[in-house]
Amino acid sequence: MSKEKFDYFVEGDKGKYEVVIGLEVHAQVLSNSKLFSGSSTKFGADPNKQVSLIDSAFPGMLPVINEECVKQAVRTGLGLNAKINNFSVFDRKNYFYADLPQGYQISQYKKPIVGEGKVLLDMPYGSKEIGIERLHLEQDAGKSIHDMDPSNTYVDLNRSGIALMEIVSKPDLRSPDEVNAYIKKLRTIMRYLGTCDGNMQEGSLRADVNVSVRKVGDKKFGTRCEIKNVNSIKFMQMAIEYEANRQVELLEEGKEIDQETRLFDTKKNETRSMRSKEDAHDYRYFPDPDLLPLKLEQKLIDDLKKSLPELPDNKKERFTQEYELNSYEANVLVSEKEISDYYEEVAKLSDKKLAATWMMGDLFAMLNDKGLNISNSPISAKNFAELVQSIKSGEISGRIAKEVFEIMVESGDNPKKIIESKGMKQQSDPKELEKMINEILSKNKDKIDQYKAGKEKLFGFFVGQVMKLSGGKANPQLTNEILKKLLKG
Amino acid sequence: MSNITNRSLNEILESIKSKKISSLELTQAYIKNIENAKKLNAFVTTTFDQALENAKKFDNKPNNEQLLSGIPLAVKDLFCTENVKTTAGSNILNNFIPSYDSTVTKNLWDNGAFLLGKLNCDEFAMGSSNETSFFGNVINPVGNHLVPGGSSGGSSSALAADLTPATIGTDTGGSIRQPASFTGTVGLKPTYGLCSRWGIVAFASSLDQAGPMTKTVTDCAIMLEAMSGFDEKDSTSINKKKETYSKDLKDNIKGLKIGIPKEYRVDNMPKEIDELWEKGKKILKNLGAQLVDISLPHTKYALPTYYIVAPAEASSNLARYDGVRYGYRSQKGKDLIEMYENTRSEGFGDEVKRRILIGTYVLSSGYYDAYYLKAQKVRQLIKKDFDDSFMKVDAILTPSTPSSAFKIGEKTNDPVSMYLNDIFTVPVNLAGLPALSLPAGLDKQGHPLGLQLIGKALDEQKILNIGYAIEKNCGYKNKIKKWWS
Repeated sequence: MSKEKFDYFVEGDKGKYEVVIGLEVHAQVLSNSKLFSGSSTKFGADPNKQVSLIDSAFPGMLPVINEECVKQAVRTGLGLNAKINNFSVFDRKNYFYADLPQGYQISQYKKPIVGEGKVLLDMPYGSKEIGIERLHLEQDAGKSIHDMDPSNTYVDLNRSGIALMEIVSKPDLRSPDEVNAYIKKLRTIMRYLGTCDGNMQEGSLRADVNVSVRKVGDKKFGTRCEIKNVNSIKFMQMAIEYEANRQVELLEEGKEIDQETRLFDTKKNETRSMRSKEDAHDYRYFPDPDLLPLKLEQKLIDDLKKSLPELPDNKKERFTQEYELNSYEANVLVSEKEISDYYEEVAKLSDKKLAATWMMGDLFAMLNDKGLNISNSPISAKNFAELVQSIKSGEISGRIAKEVFEIMVESGDNPKKIIESKGMKQQSDPKELEKMINEILSKNKDKIDQYKAGKEKLFGFFVGQVMKLSGGKANPQLTNEILKKLLKG
Repeated sequence: MSNITNRSLNEILESIKSKKISSLELTQAYIKNIENAKKLNAFVTTTFDQALENAKKFDNKPNNEQLLSGIPLAVKDLFCTENVKTTAGSNILNNFIPSYDSTVTKNLWDNGAFLLGKLNCDEFAMGSSNETSFFGNVINPVGNHLVPGGSSGGSSSALAADLTPATIGTDTGGSIRQPASFTGTVGLKPTYGLCSRWGIVAFASSLDQAGPMTKTVTDCAIMLEAMSGFDEKDSTSINKKKETYSKDLKDNIKGLKIGIPKEYRVDNMPKEIDELWEKGKKILKNLGAQLVDISLPHTKYALPTYYIVAPAEASSNLARYDGVRYGYRSQKGKDLIEMYENTRSEGFGDEVKRRILIGTYVLSSGYYDAYYLKAQKVRQLIKKDFDDSFMKVDAILTPSTPSSAFKIGEKTNDPVSMYLNDIFTVPVNLAGLPALSLPAGLDKQGHPLGLQLIGKALDEQKILNIGYAIEKNCGYKNKIKKWWS
């Protein structure tokens, strides 16, 4: 899977094209109440059960900023190594739609709360920095439901007014893989910070994808198309792939690309024009007179900075130093805060290298298989550490460990207890092993001769016989040593 | 107590507290007046049963410690009132019954008052004559051919006709002060942020401010005290200690410096307005105040600035009236867009449509910088004019309006001439300052004329004091004959 060199290009008859991608990620702020009202933000309530007079824009209702949402945006900005603006302004973005009760969305247009920042991606061909243009706070709209009735549209305003952070990247991404890495990195950072749960199924993370192409070597960007509201990484990648090829085809035919807004049809795997530049909405942005400009004290920003948790980039650095992990292992183990916490607990109680290997192997495979995540793993970190330690000390072999592991998954029991009660302890007494080996050898004199005559493959046969005799408990390393010695003799 | 309803609020409160009259008797007296004054068309909705019940409740357990103990009040139909239809003078809210009270009305009820009815006004407070209301025009008690001013025309008319002991209006560009001036009553537009906007149907958010309309300056102080105060539900509300305007009211204005802005002497201003202004100056001088000539050089840009900023905000504020969740919805149209178009075409009147169009235009891409942004810059200059002047003076004296009440229909076909009627009041809203209009004289036809006192931000007490002093010394007498009953 790993590639040494970046190689995502679209090949045309007239040359090789580079794909330029910028993302506008909409991340739902993790907060108990909405951006400008006290309504709950909990997912999954019955339609229109979490709607206040403000969210439904009754006459005379006024927005009041939710301080926690502001702090969450600042935390996220700090996590993106971005400039926090002490002065920002909420604007009204005016348009009519049935699920937009106010007739405008409150957003930040000219003066966002967070300015330029950067995100570091670990790609197989090295690390790559992606610039962040800005992050701003805005309200989400409600939801129009068109398929409940043949002639009516239903509106659910539960989402109306929920706080979103729009995170705008610079056009620094060059492939679907980089988009994948970027979204995952953003998600990881926000989950570390506790500012967005990153749950794409529930719509907590969506993106508008800007795609353009240009001939390799060209300095000027091509005309871009914006693919609206794509809600999974897979769809983003498919949309980019389709869109890049469509644009290259047009250019190859000598046609121009229209700057337009497009939709990705997930069923047909294609993008379709939604509206051209000429039909673009005139949103008539202007500062919302119901809200004062947002002024942040430097002290608030400094205090939030001090209280930030260790972020993935720093943690990765520390893991490679402190636990002597390689870059790949460290990356995987810091990808989720819960995973890194689990690993650290295990590593402190057992062998740090072996712990990493077993976590990334058997533990992850099991979790994946069962559709679980680390926080509801049937094996506690403490028990897992004991298992690793039992392997390390030679108490059980790797093969037995797999059996113990299986039992732990089913029962949640302590590995020591399992090993004791099932008599799975490894046979590491040389005298006992020698006795067993001699027994095997005495039964297979003919094979000893063949071995000695050069059929060395038979060594494996002898080992197998010893394992069988010991019920799999013979220490493999010692068995090898003793067997070699006896066969020589 | 047959004449109780032509007394001031302060006098009525005395009568209630001394048990000379019960709240029920008082309420019944107003109900009788209202029923006899249907010709004025001042009310959109009456809440008599509810008022009588509240009056009885008060009488059974009187609490005389409140600012408005046992007082029935009618309020402008722009204030949302719990379980009482609130129309903003518009067809589009013709059937709208809020589940909530505005902060300002709630403050009044918390101070012992209760609702008597909802008063007519220009549609969404857009007008200067109360002729744009969906519920028909209101007549000025001063004369059956005269407008009561606007947009708080139902309020001024009801007050002058003794249909409510005091009332409240909203003032975006003069909508309290101009109708007060036209009906010989007192009106105050407070500092922006002194009264909460929560629960008031919005016209132009950065300019709207609720205020009292009363028969006397003392009444005005009582009402302001009752209705104002910090509200965390309004982000533009000012967080400050509550003042006791009525207790602190005093008529000693000796040594105060009063600014006289030269820019307020406009072309073609009737001689009577000039004479009224001179009269005001003379009174102040005689009371020991010092007159100071000042200049507010950007005054001439105030009206055009206002007619960009206010419609811009209105065009966005009124987007919520789309027929989807509440209010009027047209039954015509085959899809969402047509439903919007028909609902808004049928729901809004001409003046509202005109302002939505103007507002949409000035915010449009390509015009924003030339109109809206420039208007915001000019607004800052207008504000700075006042700031500079207030370095030198305590308050500013001007006429309230360039004319007395005009005739019904006189300006309906000429919006610009209608807009010009607000020329002295609009700059104050743009600067967010408090201003008081009080009756100070009559023109040749016997129509009332008002003087305006503009104060520094949050200096309501001072302009109330100056107004109080003028009131005592100008000898103004209301000449309204109850021709309608």
